[in-house]
Amino acid sequence: MMIYLQLFISFFKIGLFGFGGGLAILSLIQHEVLAYGWLTEQEFVDIVAISQVTPGPIGVNCATYVGYTATGTVWGSVLATGALILPSLIIMLTLCKVYVLLSTRFADNVYFQNTLRYLRFAVLGLIAAAALLLITPATFIDEWSIVLFAAVFVLTILPQLVRSKNPVVQRVVSTLSHPILLIALAGVAGYVIYA
Amino acid sequence: MLLQLFWTYLKVGTFTLGGGYAMLPLIQREVVDYRKWIDETEFLNMIALAQAAPGIIAVNSAIFIGYQVGQRHVPASWSGGWRARLYPHLAVAAAVLGAVIPSFVIILAIAMVFSSYSSQPAVEAVMKGVRPAVVALIAAPLLRMAQKANNPKPFKDGGVLLLSWSIVAALLIWLVHVSPVYIIIATIVLALTATWIGERRHSK
Repeated sequence: MMIYLQLFISFFKIGLFGFGGGLAILSLIQHEVLAYGWLTEQEFVDIVAISQVTPGPIGVNCATYVGYTATGTVWGSVLATGALILPSLIIMLTLCKVYVLLSTRFADNVYFQNTLRYLRFAVLGLIAAAALLLITPATFIDEWSIVLFAAVFVLTILPQLVRSKNPVVQRVVSTLSHPILLIALAGVAGYVIYA
Repeated sequence: MLLQLFWTYLKVGTFTLGGGYAMLPLIQREVVDYRKWIDETEFLNMIALAQAAPGIIAVNSAIFIGYQVGQRHVPASWSGGWRARLYPHLAVAAAVLGAVIPSFVIILAIAMVFSSYSSQPAVEAVMKGVRPAVVALIAAPLLRMAQKANNPKPFKDGGVLLLSWSIVAALLIWLVHVSPVYIIIATIVLALTATWIGERRHSK
């Protein structure tokens, strides 16, 4: 029973403090699930990989997966996902009800705007930390890992590196930088190297 | 109407891979262009609100649109009193369930299957290749996000200072294992204090 309470509190916290969408929420999830030992580092990375190639928000994917593996039942998934979206429901419904007020006064409010700007920078730190925390012997097992990391990194930022106006080049570049393709290629590379 | 909302978000939830911002164009096409539930300006307001509020952006958007649509299209049989007030909340529930159910079902199926296959040598070999790639996928967008973080103002009034706060935050979480929750709280306090000081200096 205790585990359900812990799951609820953890994912409620993640929903409440998860500003800035997908990748930013990752850092909060990582902290909570590793602190409780619900997942190992490897399992966490595996879930992020699965999240990237399956539909839906990463937060929901993680909550569903962790809820199931931590409790062994579907109810764990339901509880964790529910806890994750509960803060959103409370806050967004409140915002909707004062929406008329918001659109006129609040949006131009200097405190509101500045806090959002500060949070964008904090989120950068959160995402960087999530990546740094994953550079461990569990994920980087040998020199091939470094090669794969570098290759995927470069291909992901390729659209920013290639400044060509040629539509064919742009098409090729955006296809090559697609996360699903990159994960699939890395998986094939892994099979060739390690199997 | 409830079914339409559920169905629309079910489609959005099923066909956006990776989640987050990838969902926004699809939501726009369904909700603004096709169903005409809200107009362009409202859609932009919705994005601003969904991003400003904590939580998952797709879920936040489902809540907003569910509420607005529910409020405007109360069926005649529901009109008046508590039933008219309840209807927007049912619309929210329909949209949120639609947005969440596809990924919930798919991940649950994977969680049930993957745990029993994850120790297979072939699966383990594939994952060994995938793991460093995932770390790169998390790290790579940072460069572009750093450029965009200060929008609409380009790096002045405190931009560099804020970027050092990003670095300090990353180091605190990475090396000292400070919870990201405290970083978020500290950032909000910092922002409000800095704005307050700035405003006071401005008014003098």
